Amino acid sequence: MDLTLKIWRQPNASSKGKFVTYKIKDISPGSSFLEMMDELNESLVTKGDEPVAFDHDCREGICGTCSMFINGRPHGPDTGVTTCQLHMRKFKDGDTIVIEPWRARAFPVLKDLIVDRTAFDKIVQAGGYVSVNTGGVPDGNAIPIPKVDAELAMDAAACISCGACVAACKNASAMLFVGAFVSKFALLPQGRIEAHERVQKMVAEMDRQGFGNCTNTGACEAECPKLITLENIARLNREFLAAKLGARKGENVRGGGGI
Amino acid sequence: MALKYSSITKKVIMSLAGLFLIAFLFVHMTVNLLVLINDNGETFNKAAHFMVSNPIIQFMQIFLFGGFIIHIIMGIVLQIQNWKARPKRYKVAPYSEMSPFSKFMIHTGMLIFLVLIYHLYNFFFQAKTGNIEHVVYNGTEYEDMAKLVLVKFRQLPHTIIYIIWLLLLGFHLDHAFHSGLQSLGFNHNKYTPTVFIISRIIAIVLTVGFITIPVVIYFYRQLPV
Ligand code: HEM
Ligand code: FES
Repeated sequence: MDLTLKIWRQPNASSKGKFVTYKIKDISPGSSFLEMMDELNESLVTKGDEPVAFDHDCREGICGTCSMFINGRPHGPDTGVTTCQLHMRKFKDGDTIVIEPWRARAFPVLKDLIVDRTAFDKIVQAGGYVSVNTGGVPDGNAIPIPKVDAELAMDAAACISCGACVAACKNASAMLFVGAFVSKFALLPQGRIEAHERVQKMVAEMDRQGFGNCTNTGACEAECPKLITLENIARLNREFLAAKLGARKGENVRGGGGI
Repeated sequence: MALKYSSITKKVIMSLAGLFLIAFLFVHMTVNLLVLINDNGETFNKAAHFMVSNPIIQFMQIFLFGGFIIHIIMGIVLQIQNWKARPKRYKVAPYSEMSPFSKFMIHTGMLIFLVLIYHLYNFFFQAKTGNIEHVVYNGTEYEDMAKLVLVKFRQLPHTIIYIIWLLLLGFHLDHAFHSGLQSLGFNHNKYTPTVFIISRIIAIVLTVGFITIPVVIYFYRQLPV
């Protein structure tokens, strides 16, 4: 396949950046999108040009680093996959492909297609964990968990923190990500203990990082490579309301970071 | 104040106000449809008189205006934050499968608000300032709201503005009811598909119901002599 690529090039976080057009020939339809990018970079290096910087690690859809906004969709024109799992056969010979970094105030561009997703780490640090005391290994079956809850929690835990939800959302909202994190703990007895504190802290941090607000538009759900559903955002809202309204006097963890 | 609340709190307030406005629209539409009864406006005028004189309804009016103001303020604050959350736009506009109306809530909302002011000026303030004719049924005097409505909707430009306005309202409402419930945390894989259908039905019923009034008046009614 012969393709025209329009790629966002930006030398560093403080420079302005622009689109640069590249022609690339003889790409196998069976290759993955990242392999195509590798071929482009090899040709650039051979010519003595700076290769295109992009994040990648596992190349099997589990690390979530391969963030690319391809022709108007995070991770390109396929559903339920990351960029590394995207095949070139999804494109036609002669196509023009526009490749951009995630765009969000909370995800500043570091270089070319690489964005800084520290904002997600900050949200997780705020409450995306369970506190476990050290001691003997607990019996795995000591706490019974309904199968439905276990499965819903596993579905939510499939989140790989890639940021496609933020990238796709017209408001750059991180509610699907936070909803998945809150849900995977809130559904399990071990996570219930800190559930109310967690949801308030994570939402407060999400607001502080400058993500937008959910308008229930559903682009996140449509683009999530792990098919995480809006049900998780509703659960986040429920958990948040229960925590705020149900808190005893003086025990409220303050939420909200303003604009 | 609106700035201090967390994102979710703002959405919940906005949703409650919006759902209240939907409830109001049903009452408003039902009363308005009475104007189509061909009895020289008697039923409608009596109903309208009840609406402006009943103390409970007058009291509820505070909540109605409050609901509008809260919904609009929250909507604008949330929208400004949302625009600020993406300072640099994409070259290729995000294409993802979603409801087209959900992308334009602020735009339909602002247009609804603009015409709403015009609407209040046309009817609400005319009645409030006593700038209106009176009729007598069985010895009691009533404001002739029906006549006011007839005069307005016999004019083509006026009728067209209202039809466009109501279509915009319909687009807003298509993403309103189910979105409001989702914001409150109601989402269930068994019921949510039905909630989406109900949301669309609400949008269609309210839009068609309201639009019937100017259309029927324009084509089928004569001014009373
Ligand atoms: C009778 C008129 C109106 C009704 C019945 C109505 C109803 C609703 C409802 C139920 C929602 C969903 C709330 C949610 O998702 O939490 C909504 C969203 C919205 N409304 Fe209205 N609304 C009306 C007028 C307006 C006006 C005048 C504005 C002007 C700014 C406006 C702006 C918005 C915006 C921006 C949203 C989306 C906000 C979001 O999802 O975060 N609406 N509306
Ligand atoms: S490189 Fe790990 S998910 Fe794509």
